[in-house]
Amino acid sequence: MRSIPAAFVAALLLPMAAHADDAADVAALRKDMEALRAAYDARLQALEQRLKSAEAALAAAPAAATSAPQATAAAPPPAVAPPPPTAAAAPTATAAAGGGANSFNPAVSLILSGLYAHTSHDPAQYALRGFPLPADAPIGPGTRGFSLTETELGLAASIDPWLRGAAAISVAPDNSVEVEEAFVQTTSLGNGLSLKAGRFFSGIGYLNPQHSHTWDFVDSPLAYQAMLGGQYGDDGLQLTWLPPIDQYVELGVEVGRGRTFPGSDSNRNGPGMVALTAHAGGDIGASHSWRAGVSMLDAKASDQGLVATDAAGNRFAQSFSGSTRVWIADAIWKWAPNGNATRTNFKLQGEYLQSTRNGDLIHDVGGANLASTYSVRQSGWYVQGIYQFMPRWRVGLRTEGLDPGTPDYGANSGLIALPTDRSRKDSLMLDFNPSEFSRVRVQLARDRAREGGADTQWFVQYQMSLGAHGAHSY
Amino acid sequence: MSRSLFHRWPALVAAVFAFSFAPAHGAVRVLACEPEWGALAQELGGKLVDVAVATSALQDPHQIQAKPSLISRARNADLVACTGAELEIGWLPVLLQQSGNAKVQPGQPGNFAAADFVRKLDVPTQLDRAQGDIHAAGNPHIQTDPRNIALVADALATRLQQIDPANAAQYAQAHADFAKKWQAAIARWSAQAAPLRGTAVVSQHKAFVYLYDWLGMKEVAVLEPKPGVEPSAAHLQGVVATLKGAPAKMVLFAAYQDSRPSDWIAKNAGLAVVKVPFTVGGSDAAKDLFGLFDDTVARLLAGAGAKP
Repeated sequence: MRSIPAAFVAALLLPMAAHADDAADVAALRKDMEALRAAYDARLQALEQRLKSAEAALAAAPAAATSAPQATAAAPPPAVAPPPPTAAAAPTATAAAGGGANSFNPAVSLILSGLYAHTSHDPAQYALRGFPLPADAPIGPGTRGFSLTETELGLAASIDPWLRGAAAISVAPDNSVEVEEAFVQTTSLGNGLSLKAGRFFSGIGYLNPQHSHTWDFVDSPLAYQAMLGGQYGDDGLQLTWLPPIDQYVELGVEVGRGRTFPGSDSNRNGPGMVALTAHAGGDIGASHSWRAGVSMLDAKASDQGLVATDAAGNRFAQSFSGSTRVWIADAIWKWAPNGNATRTNFKLQGEYLQSTRNGDLIHDVGGANLASTYSVRQSGWYVQGIYQFMPRWRVGLRTEGLDPGTPDYGANSGLIALPTDRSRKDSLMLDFNPSEFSRVRVQLARDRAREGGADTQWFVQYQMSLGAHGAHSY
Repeated sequence: MSRSLFHRWPALVAAVFAFSFAPAHGAVRVLACEPEWGALAQELGGKLVDVAVATSALQDPHQIQAKPSLISRARNADLVACTGAELEIGWLPVLLQQSGNAKVQPGQPGNFAAADFVRKLDVPTQLDRAQGDIHAAGNPHIQTDPRNIALVADALATRLQQIDPANAAQYAQAHADFAKKWQAAIARWSAQAAPLRGTAVVSQHKAFVYLYDWLGMKEVAVLEPKPGVEPSAAHLQGVVATLKGAPAKMVLFAAYQDSRPSDWIAKNAGLAVVKVPFTVGGSDAAKDLFGLFDDTVARLLAGAGAKP
């Protein structure tokens, strides 16, 4: 029992006792530290030396291999320039430095995105006036309140010297997983040709091939929602070609199964979708650049289930079989002082879409079952301007319109009455980009595309990307 | 109409293929990502090369877009000469993908990355974006040290010989001439800049580590709190406080950058402001690579002498 307090007292006294030869201890400690530091320095230097020679050996091997045929043809370059005193003369083989099984891992990126939405009308009852669309069409502002929007996992890498592959796996807020894109693409055809196979966003228009997290507004334009199912992606082949001229011209052909609206999945051997794209672009001085083009999408549908809403808000099931042709004209102009977009820049873009649907329609499936021929020409457009008025801050305005056209139901004209009025929507957004990997956005929209009065929509959104540094197209 | 298109698509594909085999051209077409490599290719290739430069000295090479004009240039290039070390990571990969040009893809002789041939500084030990816009391979702004230019010239001359073997002897000759002149110029600049050794300086962006390494200058503060992050007022105040303890002579910013943070710190901490041309075309005097360093050294000497 007594030993415990004794030990306690001893422990308390020990530092006091040590105090006496404090100075000597400190000196000894310092000496030890010096010795340790010197030893480490020497070891570090030795390691550095070894690393350098290993790097030089690694780098010298391929360099020697590639330049061997030239060495005989040309006099070896004279070594007049001595390398910097600290520099290794040979390339530092960064790619070889990693080693192990992980060094061939594809570039991985993850998009995190969330939204708060406040709408004056119930989004569950949302319908685009006069446009019969599939029941699961991504239209309107989505859900009210807080929600996750899209979590997108991206993987990309070279497959071999001739091909590269990329996939974008998207997880929706309802926990459903979707393969958004998964394609292989040639890198070695040359002659300006590039062939893509798999699932990919069609190259039609300007916005369509871009992933939603690179869009400048929370939602896609109404014209895209009404005529392309939000964004048109398909399974198939895409061939693009740049002619060998100095002017930028890109021509593309796509064939696919026509998996999604305006097409519909079906059992056939031939293509359900054909698309043609043509774009041209260039610079005007150092500060301006532009791109413009025309695209055409042909898609087949059979027994495509649609939901039509009449002026009173009644919903009817429809079934469409036939073909759809969508024409898109797109143009974008970008400005940045001397081409330096870091401080301020401006972009103006617009697209016009016209969709012609021809075929047979069954109206009010399960009810009246009115069968008729069906022919309609619909159109829509948007124009938007985005201005970065100071680093990290951008403001944008989008105005858009929709025209559902007047459908021709052949013999049944007059029995089916859907609204044919045009719609408008205006959106204003402000976003703050703390870095090129993060963005917070506020958007206010006045949506007059639904029945029952204008819908005022507020959004607050974040979009972040982590992992591999993405490279975005123009 | 729509039906006939479905039947005709194989013919369309065939037509596109048929048109794609275009006649070859004469000079080696070089697309340089930055002006310094365009100037170097011109020095080494002379009339044998046709050089286009993707960016100007007034543009931030980190933040360029793969715009149509660049895609068409990449499509027709025999050689794409860039800095590498991830400087162009935000735009070059997509540019090369869209070019449909097999010759300039990574791993091909037509894809040249200058940073592969020099020793990099500022190689991060830890890769985390919390550190700002850092580059895994190290600081990519290698062109601010003329000794690096010499190393890249060796490699680029070899590469040009490989791409255009018929004219290999001419490239070798041009390289020998350039190397001789360049070596003499380095000796001259080093002698001129001797008074700068040990000078304490402030940088707006961590863009001059190779310049400091060459001239023995000492970076005591950086205006960007993290690489690629705009200087904030609070951080600038902190820099002023730091400079009270460790005074500096001047603050450096590159020609493409906004001068306001540098101007502010110069006024509040009593420094000289030096606008570094940074690359060919960054100032009136920086017309070529020799002019670039003539002017850089002259501006630094002026900055060091301008204020106590």
